Amino acid sequence: MSLLDIDERILDVAALADIVKCPIVDGKDLPEVDITLVEGSVTSDEHYHEILHIRKQSKAVVALGDCAVMTNITGMRNYFNLKDVVDAAYADAISNDKEGKIPNHPALLKLNEKVVPLQEVIDVDFVIPGCPPDADTIFYVLFEFLNDRIPNLSDVKKLKYG
Amino acid sequence: MDSTDKKKILISPVTRIEGHAKITLQLDDQGNVEDAFFHVNEFRGFEKFCEGRMFTEMPIITPRICGICPVSHSIASVKACEMIQGIQPTYTGDLLRRLIHLGQNISSHALSFFHLSSPDFLLGYDSDPVKRNIIGLAENHKEIAVSGIRLRKFGQEISERITGKKIHISGIAPGGMAYPLTEENRLALLAWIPEAKKTVKLGLDIIKKFMDENREMVESFAISPTLYLGLVGPNGEHEIYDGNLRFIDTDGTILEDQLNPAKYLDVIAERSVEWSYLKYPYYKPFGFDKGFYRVGPLARLNVASKMKTPEAQKEFENFKSINSGKPVHGTFYFHYTRLIEALGSVEEAEIILNDPEITSDKIQNLGRWNNPVGIGCSEAPRGTLFHHYITDDTGKLTKVNLLIATGQNNPSMNRSVLEVAKQYIKGTDIKEGMINRVESTIRCYDPCLSCSTHAIGKMPMVIEMKDRNGNLLKTFQRSY
Repeated sequence: MSLLDIDERILDVAALADIVKCPIVDGKDLPEVDITLVEGSVTSDEHYHEILHIRKQSKAVVALGDCAVMTNITGMRNYFNLKDVVDAAYADAISNDKEGKIPNHPALLKLNEKVVPLQEVIDVDFVIPGCPPDADTIFYVLFEFLNDRIPNLSDVKKLKYG
Repeated sequence: MDSTDKKKILISPVTRIEGHAKITLQLDDQGNVEDAFFHVNEFRGFEKFCEGRMFTEMPIITPRICGICPVSHSIASVKACEMIQGIQPTYTGDLLRRLIHLGQNISSHALSFFHLSSPDFLLGYDSDPVKRNIIGLAENHKEIAVSGIRLRKFGQEISERITGKKIHISGIAPGGMAYPLTEENRLALLAWIPEAKKTVKLGLDIIKKFMDENREMVESFAISPTLYLGLVGPNGEHEIYDGNLRFIDTDGTILEDQLNPAKYLDVIAERSVEWSYLKYPYYKPFGFDKGFYRVGPLARLNVASKMKTPEAQKEFENFKSINSGKPVHGTFYFHYTRLIEALGSVEEAEIILNDPEITSDKIQNLGRWNNPVGIGCSEAPRGTLFHHYITDDTGKLTKVNLLIATGQNNPSMNRSVLEVAKQYIKGTDIKEGMINRVESTIRCYDPCLSCSTHAIGKMPMVIEMKDRNGNLLKTFQRSY
């Protein structure tokens, strides 16, 4: 969402790059790309395989936002057992009736016991922290990469967590 | 730059939402579609991991549930906190929150219409999928695309000019607001109003023209009679920030009216199902099988007796005439009602920005922990949202319940998918256009699972067909 906060400049980015349609599960369809921006942390089997595949297909991987960089709110469940976390929503919620079942279907992703940030699974080339990451910073990083320059984040004012 | 030199960027969601909308269709022995299962594939566990935290942290933690409607979460959350504290916001604090919430409604509806849906209407459902997005739109209709981008920007700028951030803002606090609006920022926001109004009207022209030219499709498009739920003001007027609950049945008869949201458990229950991480809420008195209800723009306009502002009221009357004053069930009308709401939101924002108290510094009342239970409610862009907190006598949370807008449309989305599948599928043959129809049906609901990173491009989708024993017959996949 914060990418869209670059507003009209999305058209400037589009002039310099093809924004390849997202997202991916079936690896066959993911082309080789120059830059991948990845949001979110790795919470399940599907995410794990996805991020490995993304790494393989991308020249540069950018961890975008606090969840990707350090799990942030998403990682708050790491303080609890996964079963307790799942039960709180699907078995014990106040509004639940008595006839529900815990989600369990081949089409659903399998949650990992712990949530981890991207760099615990793959090498990450660049991080843009923030919740949300600052739109001007996103634009700056993209614009530098697209003009074959390495962004210098020490000059960016709004680089911060939270 | 030559197009062959162009670099490629991939934007991938990992935890925020599922990678693919997954659907399983179950066929009977004759090869007819018997059932459909719409799989929503994400889970984070807010109900558990908020336990043990102070209730006052919730207006900061819960907005992270969604990057499009964080403000609605903050609003529902502070209302729950205020019930725990037994306090009310100040007049100015309340007005500022209302203004920020209107801003979010404008930007969310702009995103849904201009970024996601207008390429369907302006370029055509069958146009090149690679171009069928806001960037492709800019090539042929630059003015429309830029206007849409700027309308969203206006909504976001309301948050930014009050709190310094566009998404996941802080400053919406129990008792009011932590930040005031300066006179300079008030004037800057007011200056946006004419352009914002013009753009919403441009959107209304586009959708009305499309509806006129495609009357048959619009009238036959996933017509699902359901109950509707929305907040209304004291006189039954359309309301997204405050108010009480109103439920109506498929004929428009009022089932519940002016029901305090704190009593939501009297009328709403939900069931968890094996095939989805998204639960199935229902209207309790009618039970799980008959209690389907919908929320969001279409629901809010169906339940409302009138709009609060003149120009939106004029469009509202036109909308009401579609089914002679009875509820309009066609799922396609979500688009139209979204724009009517956006118009009302811009008009209301203008009224608030002209209120002499809006720049006052009396922005927050303070209070301590007083009651163990707090329930707060707001109308998120996608529908009615409930936060329910139970605390111990130190203010630490012992139980959290969240009833999210998109969840309440889940049973209807599932049924709409089934309707479309039955219409388009016989045996394992799939008629051309089936996947597009399923996608555009789901998109009408503008569900959060198509949010954020899915904002550019088509919704990737996997459809699996199985027999009654669960054996896989065929898989269809589209991913760009």
